[in-house]
Amino acid sequence: MGADLKQRIEDANAEFLRRMNAGDPVLVDVAPAGDVIPGLRDRMILHAGPPVEWQRMSGAQRGACIGIALFEGWAKDGAEAEALLRGGEISFEPNHHHQAVGPMAGTITRSMWVFVVENRAFGNRSFCRQVEGRQQFGDYGSEALQGLVTWRDVWAPALRKAVRSAGGVALKPIITKALQMGDELHNRPIAASKLFACAMAVPLVKAGLPQEQLAATLGYLGGHDLLFLGLSMAAAKSIADAGRAIPYSTGVTAMARNGTEFGIQVSDLGDEWFVGPAPAIHGLFLPGFSEADAGLDMGDSAITETVGWGGFVLGGAPGILSFVGGTPDEALNYSRQMRQICIGQSGEYLIPALGFEGTAVGIDVRKVVKTGIAPVIDTAMAHREPGHPIIGAGLVRPPMECFEKAVRRFAAKHGG
Amino acid sequence: MTATLQALLDTGPIAINLGLRDFAESLKNQGAPVIHVTWEPPAEIDADLASLLDTLI
Amino acid sequence: MGNGRGNATSDVAIRKNRYYDSVFLMSVASRLAKLPGIEDAAAVMATANNRKMLLDLGFDPAGLREATANDLVLALRGERDAVRSVFDDLDSHLVRNEDAVSSISASSWREALTRQPASNVALVSVPGHYASREADVALDAGLNVFLFSDHVAVEDELALKRKAAQAGLIVMGPDCGSAIVAGIGLGFANVVRRGPIGVVASSGTGLQEFTCLVHRAGSGISHALGTGSRDLSDAIGGISTLAAVRALEWDQGTRAIVVLSKPPGARTLPSLMAVLAGCSKPTVVCLLGAEAVTRPRGSSTLVARTLDEAAAMALRAMGASDLSATAAAVDVRGWVGAEAERMNSEQKYIRGLFAGGTFCYQAQQILRDRGMTAGSNAPLPSMHAWVEGDACCEHTLVDMGSDEFTEGRPHPMIDATQRRAHVLAVGEDAEAAVLLLDVILGYGAAQDPAGDLADAIRRARAGAERRGGHLAVIASVCGTDGDPQGLEDQETTLRDAGALVCTSNARATSAACELVGRLSGNREAK
Repeated sequence: MGADLKQRIEDANAEFLRRMNAGDPVLVDVAPAGDVIPGLRDRMILHAGPPVEWQRMSGAQRGACIGIALFEGWAKDGAEAEALLRGGEISFEPNHHHQAVGPMAGTITRSMWVFVVENRAFGNRSFCRQVEGRQQFGDYGSEALQGLVTWRDVWAPALRKAVRSAGGVALKPIITKALQMGDELHNRPIAASKLFACAMAVPLVKAGLPQEQLAATLGYLGGHDLLFLGLSMAAAKSIADAGRAIPYSTGVTAMARNGTEFGIQVSDLGDEWFVGPAPAIHGLFLPGFSEADAGLDMGDSAITETVGWGGFVLGGAPGILSFVGGTPDEALNYSRQMRQICIGQSGEYLIPALGFEGTAVGIDVRKVVKTGIAPVIDTAMAHREPGHPIIGAGLVRPPMECFEKAVRRFAAKHGG
Repeated sequence: MTATLQALLDTGPIAINLGLRDFAESLKNQGAPVIHVTWEPPAEIDADLASLLDTLI
Repeated sequence: MGNGRGNATSDVAIRKNRYYDSVFLMSVASRLAKLPGIEDAAAVMATANNRKMLLDLGFDPAGLREATANDLVLALRGERDAVRSVFDDLDSHLVRNEDAVSSISASSWREALTRQPASNVALVSVPGHYASREADVALDAGLNVFLFSDHVAVEDELALKRKAAQAGLIVMGPDCGSAIVAGIGLGFANVVRRGPIGVVASSGTGLQEFTCLVHRAGSGISHALGTGSRDLSDAIGGISTLAAVRALEWDQGTRAIVVLSKPPGARTLPSLMAVLAGCSKPTVVCLLGAEAVTRPRGSSTLVARTLDEAAAMALRAMGASDLSATAAAVDVRGWVGAEAERMNSEQKYIRGLFAGGTFCYQAQQILRDRGMTAGSNAPLPSMHAWVEGDACCEHTLVDMGSDEFTEGRPHPMIDATQRRAHVLAVGEDAEAAVLLLDVILGYGAAQDPAGDLADAIRRARAGAERRGGHLAVIASVCGTDGDPQGLEDQETTLRDAGALVCTSNARATSAACELVGRLSGNREAK
């Protein structure tokens, strides 16, 4: 029986790896979340990470919820928004329950426009909101909200026209190239952002937009180094979702944090979350901030690591080596170390610094527990209190507890 | 392939280092080939979790 | 320079058209903020947002006015001199840390073996609990093992060594501190000339002292192989020692073989002596702590009492007739007389504080051979057991590298903190006449071991002077002129602190014995 179970797991994980590697994400639309995200009702906020209610929410996530409530016009100021959110009239659900992901606090409501990415190999869709440096970190000041408004009214509708007229934008070629241009697609998607901007330029010009909107959108695309994070997250989500619910697979389908808890999901175990306390981030701070200000790990962006990017390809991203203490050698080691906890390697996402070896793909909860090596995630940092923009960035590892709980549940389910 | 003691004395050390990084650094400073394996203690797992894992992997 | 408050400043520097990514700049800022005198540092590209942020942080608007998004801004707050010195040398702070770039790391055994398929030895220094497993992996991969870790179970050691022997490999260790293979030091090792003398040693510091003495005498070492402290016990039966002797006998560059060890087990001693007797090359054996060693009939193996004697015998076997180069350059007898004159009648005893376990051991043997007794935490038979905290009422020779001192703390060869404290305590010890120390140089050892002790030596001596006495300090330096610490500098540091510097532990111990002998002679004369 034991050998039989082991073989079933191996077979299921081979299928999991096949699906991860076959993923073919294509940006097919940019649309108001309310029009496209299944089950996203009015007076509902989708948030990053495993489920969390207002009482347990981190400061930054509370700030972002206040911001999004103001953006939706549910309240006229911060205090009123806070009272409303505390009062229980607004429902909170994880993005991951709606095929969606969001950076940092990850808040998505019906009026928030999202990227719509289709995994052409499997037909599933995923969604991710705009990436910016303020509201998603808990800042709900007027400047922070203005960024959301311009996205809704100017940039996103322009992108929609261009994407539709282009018949969609294949993301895999951009991702492949960007990984070879020093991106890791989590904290450093700069090459991908520029490649995407180039890909959109002609369709935007041809889209028949008013001159001002065209100029504003081209300016936005050209000047936003983190733009592609929203697309790499949506792409990763569409790839990871294709690996869900494979019986006997111990592959990880989601890693997500809400600033209070870190949660993972596992293919065979469906939608169940295995959570542990959100860890502190080791990293560097922007001027004016220090460790004392830092909130705990937050965001759905670890979906990029879930499919083998981000911290897993640090060795190929020399531009952000400083996060890991500065040496390329150490960064390469993180990438090599991740192979020890993964099912296999990618055949297409290759890293020049690793001798063009494929990225490690398919985190296996068994291997994580057995080796004691937790996945490495590089991430941005939010403030511990509401009302602040980004304060820094660094490296983090999930609590081992998440993986141990998943292994126990898996073993119990299969009579281990 | 086994590199016998005799072969070690003939060719000089071509080393793999596990543990104290200084040992690798000083070999490097002496011009000897060395690779330092970043070693971490194996995971401390509860006995019951370890036995569960044995059924799975 | 000025008073505290007036001295504080905040200032910005602009570098036109210099682009750095924000992560790099954050690391620059974090390095700058750690400099002495700097309170706050920001390094950013001067985008509109960043300029506003700097204004919010209270930096000078005038300085920022002309900066654009393509310009680098460094903003610093702190003591005026500290800020100015950063700005004066700004470019040096914008350099990436090149030193740290190396490509010697791997994340697993498998990767290391793939990248370096010609590997022939593994150095294992992971905690003892895991060490046998890793050593076993190394043997399976066909590698010789240098096993630095201690606390390896004796049955594991036996299994590893048997496995190695079957494959023609060696396990040096466990608890192997030092080796030299083809001129390359493994673990703690001195920079020693290559030459005709091969060494097999169960003790790391013994190996270091012997190889240094050979080097200082102008000769050199072919290979010096460690075996681990228990190898010649009956439980192990000398598997590694015998393998090493055999390999050195085959080795073309080795013309004489020296075995250094504590006394072997009763059953193992005869087989060791038999193997040495049958060896085609001259052999020398030094079994520290042994009462007397009998050699098989007809054996030409030379038996040395001390490491110095072993070195002299090996050198002589290589045809060196004049060993005066190894003789102490100082007039020890004259020094002893002068020091003794300055001591008071309470001062009687030697206080030895050793970083090298073998030095503690050899020193005890030298005392014993002179009919003296001593207390030690690592006592030879017939010496007294002494534990830390006991009053010192006779000569005491303390091995500060033993478990009670190193449990959870760095070894005294790396960190002198504990030895310093004990040196100071000797300064308060009215009966102490001689402080006997060892200072070990070479790869792996502290960067400035003499400097780490010098101040404590001075203060201990001053303590004795205050009581109307005088503390003699004798330090042996185990090192060579090639060692990274600089032999001459180390010796000068010790001399400047008032120590008599000897080239070996045996010489230092003999000098200490002569000095306390002189004191007791003086007391009787009175």
